[in-house]
Amino acid sequence: MEKNLIPISITVNGRRVELEVQPQHTLLKVLQNQLDLIGSKECCGEGECGACTILANGRAINSCLVLAVEADGWEIVTIEGLAEDERLDPLQEAFLKAGAVQCGYCIPGMVMSAKYLLMKNPHPSEDEVRQGLAGNLCRCAGYNRIIAAVQLAASEKEAA
Amino acid sequence: MSASAENQGMAQWVGMSPERVGGRERVTGAQRYTGDIRLPGALHVKLAHLNCGHARILNVDASQALRLKGVVAVLTADDLPKPMPRFGPVYNDRPVIADDEVKYFGEPVAAVAAEDEDTALEAVKLLRIEYEELPGVYTIDEALRPGAPLVQHPSIRAADDPFRQSNILNEWCFGWGDVDQAQADMVIENVYRFPLVTHFPIENLAYQAAPEKDGVSVWSSIQHPYVLQRAIVTALNLPASKVRIIAPDPGGGFGGKGYPKYEPLLAFLALKTGRPVRLALTLEETFQAIRRAASQIRLRSGFTADGRLVFQDIEANYQLGAYADIGSRVVSKGSYVAAGPYHAPNVRIVGRAVLTHTTPSTAFRGFGIPQLSWALESQMDAAARQLGLDRLEIRLRNIPAKGETVIPGDKPVDGDWRMLLQRAANAIGWGQPLGKNHGRGLAIGMKNSASASASFAIARLLQDGSLLILSSTSDMGQGARTVFSQLAADELGIPLDRISIVMGDTALAPFDASTSASRSSVFMGNAIISACRQIKTQLRQMAAEAYDMAEDCIRLQEGKVICGERAVAYDRLIRDYYGAVRGEVIAVGTARGKYLPNHPLGGQAAFWEVAAVGCEVEVDEETGEITIHKLVTVTDIGKALNPRQAEAQDEGAAIMGLGHTLMEHLILDEAGRIQNLGALDYRIPTIKDIPLEMETILQENGDGPGPYGSKGAGESGILAVSPAVGSAIREAIGVTIHDLPLTPEKVWLALQEKRAGENSFARPLTDPKSYVE
Repeated sequence: MEKNLIPISITVNGRRVELEVQPQHTLLKVLQNQLDLIGSKECCGEGECGACTILANGRAINSCLVLAVEADGWEIVTIEGLAEDERLDPLQEAFLKAGAVQCGYCIPGMVMSAKYLLMKNPHPSEDEVRQGLAGNLCRCAGYNRIIAAVQLAASEKEAA
Repeated sequence: MSASAENQGMAQWVGMSPERVGGRERVTGAQRYTGDIRLPGALHVKLAHLNCGHARILNVDASQALRLKGVVAVLTADDLPKPMPRFGPVYNDRPVIADDEVKYFGEPVAAVAAEDEDTALEAVKLLRIEYEELPGVYTIDEALRPGAPLVQHPSIRAADDPFRQSNILNEWCFGWGDVDQAQADMVIENVYRFPLVTHFPIENLAYQAAPEKDGVSVWSSIQHPYVLQRAIVTALNLPASKVRIIAPDPGGGFGGKGYPKYEPLLAFLALKTGRPVRLALTLEETFQAIRRAASQIRLRSGFTADGRLVFQDIEANYQLGAYADIGSRVVSKGSYVAAGPYHAPNVRIVGRAVLTHTTPSTAFRGFGIPQLSWALESQMDAAARQLGLDRLEIRLRNIPAKGETVIPGDKPVDGDWRMLLQRAANAIGWGQPLGKNHGRGLAIGMKNSASASASFAIARLLQDGSLLILSSTSDMGQGARTVFSQLAADELGIPLDRISIVMGDTALAPFDASTSASRSSVFMGNAIISACRQIKTQLRQMAAEAYDMAEDCIRLQEGKVICGERAVAYDRLIRDYYGAVRGEVIAVGTARGKYLPNHPLGGQAAFWEVAAVGCEVEVDEETGEITIHKLVTVTDIGKALNPRQAEAQDEGAAIMGLGHTLMEHLILDEAGRIQNLGALDYRIPTIKDIPLEMETILQENGDGPGPYGSKGAGESGILAVSPAVGSAIREAIGVTIHDLPLTPEKVWLALQEKRAGENSFARPLTDPKSYVE
């Protein structure tokens, strides 16, 4: 479809990229379709399920609710940016260790929300984890194990 | 078919909970689900549907849409062969695209294929669809009313079908004893309703299709690739050998991805355009494509004065949608066990599959049983109250012991079901003092597992001694790959990281009936073990020949072939047997539930899937809100092959059960439109809705037909959540509600009614709709 393409410049997972995007496209669509970063998922498309959660300028956001043009100049971290050189982030390790992953479709968003939670609050109580992940739906309902995973990551961070 | 005895005691991996196979891909975002696959040159498809539940299509004018730059094709019924190709797992009644009439809100009338998604969406808006809205039937009562509009035209039904002039798709009558002659001291009768609910997997339905030289490939987030292959074969009239189904791991299925929906449409579009096509449904469209059957169950139960069941007289009406899908099997299989896990000497069951102008209902975790156990177990509580008996006690008085009959002519009781109930009761402190507005509830649910069905697995011991298992089970979150790896690792002594499980491609992996009915660990597990054992036999034969030894001097141990004093690695034996260019060792394992043409379901249950649930709740009298303080499930699993995954399945199932118990219901308006489409208005349990404490108990008595004495699980946790919660609410505040979900409004209203003195006992609330608007 012909629309006026708009140039934007964003930093994604530490890499600066120049893109031309359509004005109606969400940041999520651009990540998936123009950068092949398919880890951020779309489910509801209206900011209710959290599957598309990413970090933008250090804050967790629903990438389905932001237009790509709005993200011009942003620094973005997606699920693909958490592991460094094959070494998983402690949160990712903890999700595996705690058995928090089932079908996996909600997991990227869940991990990114948890990442933001731990950035703000390195030692959340169980209630605080529930509050922090209240915007992320998991239909496999592995919620108990997800809570355990976040607390495991927090405790291992402390030990390290 | 038991494969248990031979490998007891040699398990290194079975019974452990190693890291999930595929877990790394899932935590790093690398996992590609169906919609994430990029086929070069793919067209994007969007569907057009009408804003009502039932209409006659008069004309589709696509001329403006086709003029839009980037639009490649518009497909309607006119573009398809006549008569319209139809498909379905039981009846071939679902058209590839709406044919003449739209029969449910969301049924596609036209499909647009364009170079990009935006263009396809724009083109859908440019379609001029003329239609005449028709009166529809959107509830069970409307559909059964004399003179109701017919959902299915009699012409597509069999000439001798007694129900062809009605909205009853099928009716099943089961029973034993004589209900009419039975003498009971006390009789109670109630009607219990279960709402329309949807699966809501986080991955929406997604499909792709591509033309092949003389056939077609179809990608789908489908649970049963071979059921889909049959649908494509039927609809497109192609040989199965020309239809390749690629089924990437589904992002949650829960039954909703079991049966084909829009794949034949995509296949036709791929052939029409000569290009790959891709359709990713939105969540709203996914709601319009899959749901569970609602139900209305009238239950008349007779008891002796000391609480023994004398008879069960059951009329179970299930609300199917516009096409049968697997809904008719949900009704037959569900109503077959409608009398539940109890000794009932006299039983009469009528199960009806009722067609309505709504989204076709399909399989959904529990397959008809959560609806029934809501009725049955609530009724046991009502009986206990009438008779002044403890709710645990009345159940224990009626539950059969292992080896006894539960359904005449079917598999005898294969587990200790009393123990399940007792353990659940103990875990929630049954009989202990309770706080104000607190109550406890207890319930048990029984499901018949897969009956006649087959699974095939191919094991390939490759030239370097690593192992490939080809299996058409779908790994949709239950962790099938992990369990299969564990089984094969122990059988052949090969490390987990040298085993790969290939799934989801009918060009590679052999037939499997389905990933449903909690059957995979038992059926596919046994098939894999059988294949691995055949590999061992072949290895012994190969070693005997290669090393010129008697076969009985050769044994296998810890991944080596022991030939007298020598321990030979598998790769070495392959080299010594085939020579320097090497070869491999292949075997096919099968497992089958025997087909019995005269059995009402085609075969006996391979095992009974049974779980007890206990809970403690607190009700807020001011708001009607329910807090679950503790929820316990106890599942009769036989043997937990991977305890952590089994526990996670039961927990997830129980929480999903809390969804339909407390909050989930699709609301239809007078034109059959779903009013609460999407995540904002249809609530599923979030992390804040889960019980404050959960305990998941796996009862391992080694008495199942699967590997190591296992039984299937995964649906178990959802079976009896609702009645346990309903029971606890009754104890907490003295109100009984017969219609799910138990929303705060409904609980609050029931409490007000009770206070007003209008009613203090067991009056069913009327139409649930009156409480939601």
